[in-house]
Amino acid sequence: MPDAPRAAVIDPGKAPRPAAKASFWRSRAVRGVLYQVVLLVILVLVGFYLTHNTLENMRVRGIQSGFGFFNEPAGFGIGESVIAYDSSDPYWKAFVVGFTNTLRVSIVGVIFTTIIGVLVGVGRLSRNFLIRSLCTGYVELFRNVPILLQLLMWYFIMTDRLPDTESALNPLPGFFLSKNGLSFPVPVWATGHIGTLAGLVVGIVLAVWHARRARVKFRETGQKPSQFWPAVGFILGATLIGWLAGGMPGALDMPEKNEISVAGGGAVTPEFLAITIGLTIYTAAFIAEIVRSAIQAVPRGQSEAAGSLGLTPGQSLRLVLLPQAMRIIIPPLTNQYLNLIKNSTLAVAVGYPDLVSISNTTLNQTGRAVECILVMMTVYLVLSLLTAAFTNWFNARVAIRER
Amino acid sequence: MSATLNETASDIVLIQPRQAPTRHIGAAAWVRRNLFPDWKNSLATLVVLGLLLYWVPLLIEWAVVNAEIRPDAAACKALEDRGACWGVIAEKYRIILFGRYPFEEQWRPLIAIVLMLVMIVVSCVPKMWTRWLGVAWVLNFVVFFALMRGGFAGLAYVETSRWGGFPLTLLLSTLGIAAAFPLSVFVALGRRSHLPAIRAVCVAYVELIRGIPLISVLFMASFMFPLFMPPGTTPDVLLRVLVGIILFAAAYLAEAVRGGLQAVPKGQVEAADSLGLTYWQAQRKIVLPQALRLVIPSIMNSFISTYKDTSLVTIVSLYDLTGGLTLALGGDPNWRQFYLEGNLFVALIYWAGCFFMSRYSQWIEKRTSRGQGR
Repeated sequence: MPDAPRAAVIDPGKAPRPAAKASFWRSRAVRGVLYQVVLLVILVLVGFYLTHNTLENMRVRGIQSGFGFFNEPAGFGIGESVIAYDSSDPYWKAFVVGFTNTLRVSIVGVIFTTIIGVLVGVGRLSRNFLIRSLCTGYVELFRNVPILLQLLMWYFIMTDRLPDTESALNPLPGFFLSKNGLSFPVPVWATGHIGTLAGLVVGIVLAVWHARRARVKFRETGQKPSQFWPAVGFILGATLIGWLAGGMPGALDMPEKNEISVAGGGAVTPEFLAITIGLTIYTAAFIAEIVRSAIQAVPRGQSEAAGSLGLTPGQSLRLVLLPQAMRIIIPPLTNQYLNLIKNSTLAVAVGYPDLVSISNTTLNQTGRAVECILVMMTVYLVLSLLTAAFTNWFNARVAIRER
Repeated sequence: MSATLNETASDIVLIQPRQAPTRHIGAAAWVRRNLFPDWKNSLATLVVLGLLLYWVPLLIEWAVVNAEIRPDAAACKALEDRGACWGVIAEKYRIILFGRYPFEEQWRPLIAIVLMLVMIVVSCVPKMWTRWLGVAWVLNFVVFFALMRGGFAGLAYVETSRWGGFPLTLLLSTLGIAAAFPLSVFVALGRRSHLPAIRAVCVAYVELIRGIPLISVLFMASFMFPLFMPPGTTPDVLLRVLVGIILFAAAYLAEAVRGGLQAVPKGQVEAADSLGLTYWQAQRKIVLPQALRLVIPSIMNSFISTYKDTSLVTIVSLYDLTGGLTLALGGDPNWRQFYLEGNLFVALIYWAGCFFMSRYSQWIEKRTSRGQGR
């Protein structure tokens, strides 16, 4: 009890607060504001300095600025283009051509790289020693060599090692592979194809309707009607009926080989082949690793629990394992797609006219470095931000709802 | 009681001894389990084996049996693609490895490479991780630059635009990584800061860089950096590209480091706070050691990417290893057709580096997590 008065000395309410008075600097809040102000001032000064130098340099060298030159005729031809283009078209149109070429490589690349990547990734977990080793070898080989070197190798093979047109390889009927690229058969457009397309649309509508109904039935009765095969049946069946109703148009434009060239059909250039094959094979090695680690990351207890609930192996894969593996796969997978798109800029090294290579040509012709690089960066930045937005949306959607 | 028991005991019928289980060890069992477990796998094995038996002999015939190793263009051409012409490497290795560096002076980049490789190997040994290692690296870079640049003690001056080949690849990747790493740690800390302006700047930097391809950063380095500088000065092209690579690599590394920072439990920082450590003390002594250990694999992945990415400087006219290959074979009509062999040679060098790094990463990960798994 005699101690009681002493306790009052350390009463927090009455204790003096030397810190508040002694040093204004020691306050975390004050320091925080100060650091931020210093950083921003430095950034503004550096930005001002760089802009000033750039403007000064441009004045000295007589470089004009602004995007006005975009409407002037480009004056250079582009080797391949999905839209009509010739050298008298304005620069902006050349950029559009470059962008569509980038998209073309990206879309084809993403499709094939996903297929190969998933196959190799699953193959790495195979029970079969040969398949497992081959898939591991594939990943270790292609992942560890720079993509540029691989692209240069494919380009060399495509333009130098392949036979000339007159002795083009003919691996499948209607397919010709030579130094001038790959020719393949394409269906000829006929009015009857409208019937096929209409059938396809009807089939998809039917499949969606069936899936809805199946879900309703599952909710009401607990019985789940099969979804996958009826959907396939509806789509294929309706398309087939549409095709039959349209008079069975079946004409294919087959490439023909004569003495000097391969004519007709669809064709892609060796540049396109080199960049697409190179990107596909390189990216697939990374996708394989993602798929493998995701499958390994789903705890074994999950499939055991699914089994003890009476789910069949197929059900447990579809309803338990895959949704969890997908949650792990999708974010890095979209990242790899983005990497593929960004790596497609290396097209400039093999002479494929993508966005970067068009920007580069324009830059060399007009000297408008700032504008060309800005356009290039903006396009890729927008693509990246869109991908990031998708990944965030997906993550939020599939995130584990914790209690 | 006992009678029932006896009765029950007499009912017991002994089971005949079963056959021993099929062997789980030994070559035959291994083959059965790994190659022919069921009919699907057996079929796959047979198909793959058939393809291998067809392709591997062809490959060996091309690469070894029919190959020509003498640097003799006529002999190589006589092969008519039936065999590889490794002679192209014997003929051109100096240009591939050293680029446009003056021929008589190439002993200098050779010493520089050896020095750099020794430093890399030494740095991989955990026992060497003291502050002296940092000093040694600084010295290493000084010696490297002095040797390559020359201009003193009778060494001829060689301007940086003539540096090339493997030394350039090594310099860009080691100096790039060495400079990007500290920068990335600051950016990662900044991105987790509670100060909004600092956080915003770091987020903007990381997302901007990660959103654009390296090529556009390199284009910027070679076309726009000169405009940024005061009129009349043109910074060295090697320096400009190096800055581009550092800025690019740091953004990716920062994301790797941030992953580690996020995984350190909050209690660690709070404990450090309650011990009276300042922000920097807490980060340096408590948070970073744990965070960095957690993300060794992704940091090593970033290193590997940077090493591979240095090949892109070829596109802005620096002749690194990849550029050296183009330089050596692109313009020589005698040897141009053996580009594939040269390409494979360069690929082997890159591959060895990446493979070494990824194996080292696995080893160091196992080693550092040894004390963790209890």
